[in-house]
Amino acid sequence: MGENLISINNLSFGYDKELLHKNINMQFNRGKVSAIMGGSGCGKTTILRLIGGQLKPNSGNVIVDGKVVHEQGREELHSIRRKMGMLFQHGALFTDLSVYENVAFPMREHTDLPESVIKDLVLLKLNAVGLRGAHKKMPAELSGGMARRVALARAIALDPDIIMYDEPFAGLDPISMAVICDLIRSLNDALGATSIIVTHDVAETFSFADYIYFLADGGVAAEGSPKQLLTSKLPFVKQFIHSEKDGPVPFHTEAPSYRSDLSL
Amino acid sequence: MMNNILNFLEKLGASFRGTLFGLGSGARLFFLTIIYSSDSFKRFNLTIKEIYFTGVLSLVIIVVSAFFVGMVLGLQGYYTLEKYGSSEAIGVLVALALVRELGPVVTALLFAGRAGTAITAEIGLMKTTEQLSAMEMMAVSPIARIVAPRFWAGMISMPILATVFSMVGILGGYFIAVLVIGVDDGAFWSQMQANVDFHNDIVDGAIKSVVFGFTCTLIALYQGLVAPPTAEGVSRATTKTVVISSLSVLGLDFVLTSFMFV
Repeated sequence: MGENLISINNLSFGYDKELLHKNINMQFNRGKVSAIMGGSGCGKTTILRLIGGQLKPNSGNVIVDGKVVHEQGREELHSIRRKMGMLFQHGALFTDLSVYENVAFPMREHTDLPESVIKDLVLLKLNAVGLRGAHKKMPAELSGGMARRVALARAIALDPDIIMYDEPFAGLDPISMAVICDLIRSLNDALGATSIIVTHDVAETFSFADYIYFLADGGVAAEGSPKQLLTSKLPFVKQFIHSEKDGPVPFHTEAPSYRSDLSL
Repeated sequence: MMNNILNFLEKLGASFRGTLFGLGSGARLFFLTIIYSSDSFKRFNLTIKEIYFTGVLSLVIIVVSAFFVGMVLGLQGYYTLEKYGSSEAIGVLVALALVRELGPVVTALLFAGRAGTAITAEIGLMKTTEQLSAMEMMAVSPIARIVAPRFWAGMISMPILATVFSMVGILGGYFIAVLVIGVDDGAFWSQMQANVDFHNDIVDGAIKSVVFGFTCTLIALYQGLVAPPTAEGVSRATTKTVVISSLSVLGLDFVLTSFMFV
């Protein structure tokens, strides 16, 4: 694999005393689309927040472009974040701003570009996600899929080196899903960016990702290219990829016996 | 028995610690707001937009309430003063009651109910829908972009609203005392002019409204920022804003009055 842009080294993180991640190691290579997969609540999104410096690890570190994220001061952290774009699960569009103003937001905050240039750039970004015609709308007037595409346009507004996607496919219809898949790949290649996708949608992710990490039980359960993982003999990977009911991952949470709960 | 006492002490300690933590976090938020204010002053249009929401849109409730409060003061004051044959002093009574106490206090209570709840709910929902996180990830500080403009809008709006309240309240008193009951017009205004002191009454009243504006706005902002990101969390935070702001305003009013007018 190529040069590392982001590396996670022996990272442990937890809320309160319970550890969510134990000694995790991951590498994200420049120019590649990598995916982090795993069941709900296994801490996939937390990894993105650790990369963005919104959370601090209990031990270990995240290095972005040679800098340890949690050791940076406010200004340095902001300069790292300026190289990142993040697509939140529900878009996180600013509800008091129009679609146009949402996409223009990072440009207005971080550049002194004249209004005419901002207009051209905003329309260009919106055109890339197919929503140039909706630039006057407010976020409340958009469907879930459209909101996510606007959020994607906003995430790539400043042509970031790193684009992070938090559950980009959740709750989308098949057409929007295909469009988003296509966009993630094409934006990554067109911008020469490095993309990290957090998801549990197997079919879509395996169709375009370069490298995949599986998280389970607080650690990396498996990793590799989609091709390698499809032929993996690991029970967890097999169960996850083929959506099998039986396997090492239990459906039920830990509980006392059903009989005792029903007082039989 | 011993267990009950221990439980009580534990709860007392926890609540004391919680209050202390809240005060400390509130103070931290205030200092951060001051630090980030220079960023937000560079684009003062954000603050102006917030002044419109917190100040201009509160005008209707302030004006209507003030007029009724003034009318009630006029009525109650007239009947009491008449017993002592000094009904001409009604102008002073209405003006002093409004400028010293009711103007700043009632405005602050109405401000907490209208603007304070709106600030808490808006910031709480921005947190729930990850808008604040998104802003952080875009290397934009939510304190500079969201908190500071609202803080300064509250600080600027509140004294102006309190002044409007006092002015409209006096007009309400004038309407009842002079126009309806028939107290002498000249006596109403001249007594007021002679007995309301600019420094001791008007400036002290203005200081109160600044303190209340600071308190109500900071509480509303803090509650919005610490609201748990759920529907229930935001609704509780909104309620807390009204309860804590109202109690703080009434408590602070007592303290300020005892320093200023006694």
